[in-house]
Amino acid sequence: MQQLKQTATRVYDWLELRLRFEAPLKDAALHPVPRNTASWWYVFGSAAFTLLFLQIFTGILLALVYVPSAGEAWSSLNVLNHQIPLGWFLRALHGWGSNFMVAIVFIHMAQVFLFGSYKFPRELTWIVGVFLLLMTLGMAFTGQVLRFDQDAYWGLGIGASIASRVPFIGGGLVHLLLGGAIIAGATLSRFFAFHVFVIPGALLLFAFVHVWMVLKLGINEWPMPGRLVRRSIYLAEYKQLTHQDGIPFIPGAFWKDLVFSGAILAAVAVCAFVCGPYGPSGQPDPSIIQTVPKPDFSFLWIYTVLSYLPPEMETPFILIAPLLAIAGLLALPFFASEGEKSWHRRPVAVLTVSTIAVCWGALTHLGTTTPWSPHMSAWSGDPIPVRYLQSATPLVRQGAVVFQAKQCRNCHSIGGAGGERGPALDEVATRMTIDQMRFKVVTGGGNMPAYGKNLSPAEIEALVSFLETLHPANEPPAYDASRRAVDGGSAPTGSVPAPQNSAPQPAAPPGGNSGP
Amino acid sequence: MSNEEHTSSTPSAQSATAPVAGEASNPNDPRLVSRRWLLFKASIALNGIIGVVLAVPILRYFFAPWRKDASFNSWVSLGPSNAFPAGETRLAFYKNPSANSWDGETDNVACYVRSESANQFSVFAINCAHLGCPVRWFPQSQLFMCPCHGGVYYADGSRASGPPERGLFTYDWKIASGELLIDAGQMPTLSNSAKLVKISTSNGDCSCSS
Repeated sequence: MQQLKQTATRVYDWLELRLRFEAPLKDAALHPVPRNTASWWYVFGSAAFTLLFLQIFTGILLALVYVPSAGEAWSSLNVLNHQIPLGWFLRALHGWGSNFMVAIVFIHMAQVFLFGSYKFPRELTWIVGVFLLLMTLGMAFTGQVLRFDQDAYWGLGIGASIASRVPFIGGGLVHLLLGGAIIAGATLSRFFAFHVFVIPGALLLFAFVHVWMVLKLGINEWPMPGRLVRRSIYLAEYKQLTHQDGIPFIPGAFWKDLVFSGAILAAVAVCAFVCGPYGPSGQPDPSIIQTVPKPDFSFLWIYTVLSYLPPEMETPFILIAPLLAIAGLLALPFFASEGEKSWHRRPVAVLTVSTIAVCWGALTHLGTTTPWSPHMSAWSGDPIPVRYLQSATPLVRQGAVVFQAKQCRNCHSIGGAGGERGPALDEVATRMTIDQMRFKVVTGGGNMPAYGKNLSPAEIEALVSFLETLHPANEPPAYDASRRAVDGGSAPTGSVPAPQNSAPQPAAPPGGNSGP
Repeated sequence: MSNEEHTSSTPSAQSATAPVAGEASNPNDPRLVSRRWLLFKASIALNGIIGVVLAVPILRYFFAPWRKDASFNSWVSLGPSNAFPAGETRLAFYKNPSANSWDGETDNVACYVRSESANQFSVFAINCAHLGCPVRWFPQSQLFMCPCHGGVYYADGSRASGPPERGLFTYDWKIASGELLIDAGQMPTLSNSAKLVKISTSNGDCSCSS
């Protein structure tokens, strides 16, 4: 035993004489940190670092099997999922690790922002962190492309469409992004190079610089309301704090980092095991057009923004807003490098973070339900509820057929089924008169196409007759008071059920004035 | 520093004087420093020149895909022109002209052919003019609908509603020996197929009637 110990010491000494690691490692491990930074609020950075290494490790293991070729990638993913033992679990670990990493990086950023950590002398740590965030998002997007399925294919199409909007050089940028003029083999090859070599290399380098600065400058002290950062005295103050009320980083603070990192790894493993890997969805064949492409979770909010922007705002917003956001993040430590650190006295900071969080949550939620997308199969898949057609006249029934056959249902729901792009039509007759409905159907407007050319006058009459029956039993349909005078007082009243008056009335006069 | 000093500091003279003479052992001696720094700067400059020379082919390689749009295109056949009945819109397929063997299925491109009358066609790209998602044709309502953000187009490809800024992208077509040919080869985007257009403010004027 004694001999073994001596041998070990000799080996250690032999190595240490050559490597000289002991002094810097001891320095890093035992450097004093303020006592109250040994907190559960200070664990997110190390967790992000841990997840980075999980991603590198699982990524290398996946690369042992994955084929980065547009013709083979999809098949190799299916082999990973179904034929290699536990290949599905490795894919799931990598996919869920990516989700967790994006989430933890954002949480880490919010925390250091609220704790004022970006102030003097840690401005550069923040700036390097902003680039780390961008690279993490870049990894998430390029990783989604390597899962070369329909979502990846059309996601690339969206990326190319955005690049094409850059003035003057848009066309060249698209060719550079795709490696040619269409999404094909060259596209996957270059995204593989970015995902596996370029971005991870830069990410590792920047992450080490980031950690180096944290070690050299010391962790940000727990912010106290009223303790202002002043350039002239901060370094001395911090030194005093760490020496008077400090503890060595290991073990005093580090054990919480270890516990949290372990918990995050366990959470990734549980999610991977329970939920399984992401896709691949259908094969990346652009001639299969029966597809509803959707980005991964991290980018759903962008998908939502792109659907709600007014068309004329879109290009300026897509091209300028991200640049402004990044510039704002990079500039932050320069115009707020001194002063108050505590969130108790920084209401604007708290409001900013909470507003962004609420917006992000709302946009992401909308992105999961996509109310703006037509339901492509609602017209043939969701029948008209029977109660709407009981005791209906033949014209009304014909109108219901028109309603289904002309894909109105793809955007308008009835009885809770159908698209949500347009308003639900269950009570449309209480909001619009028959003439208003006729006008809307013929001319469209807002987000509705004009059907004037695509429907015959007879079809239009049948359709609006059906729509006019859509009102609660105890609520009369809307009517135009002037029509009452023209038609001699035959306007509907609350007691008269709609189907009765809708059939005979619209025969002659409206057909003429609705001419498309 | 005089000329005489310069000429005297040959390699042999320097190695002899540096360790011995009191003034020369001074590390701040301008003669020693300037000579070492001169070599250092020269070596940096040498590498800079080599770097610039190397950068030319590297950049040329990197920007190889940055070519004129027309260089990607060629005429491809969609089959006999009489396979598209007049008054109807049909999905058609072609193989991307600049295909590589490792492209797999990504070379199968779809497009919509609308036959207005005999030998009169409109050929639309499958990609929505908004962000490139594949639009679907509904013959019953004579509309193209996009599953992504809800863009809708009329039968003639003009914009009906939703976020797109313009109508569907079209291909140039011609008929040669009974076959319908289109000028294809690149994914249609706002940068190559058309410039940004101003959207008419009047909604629902049914431009499909033209």
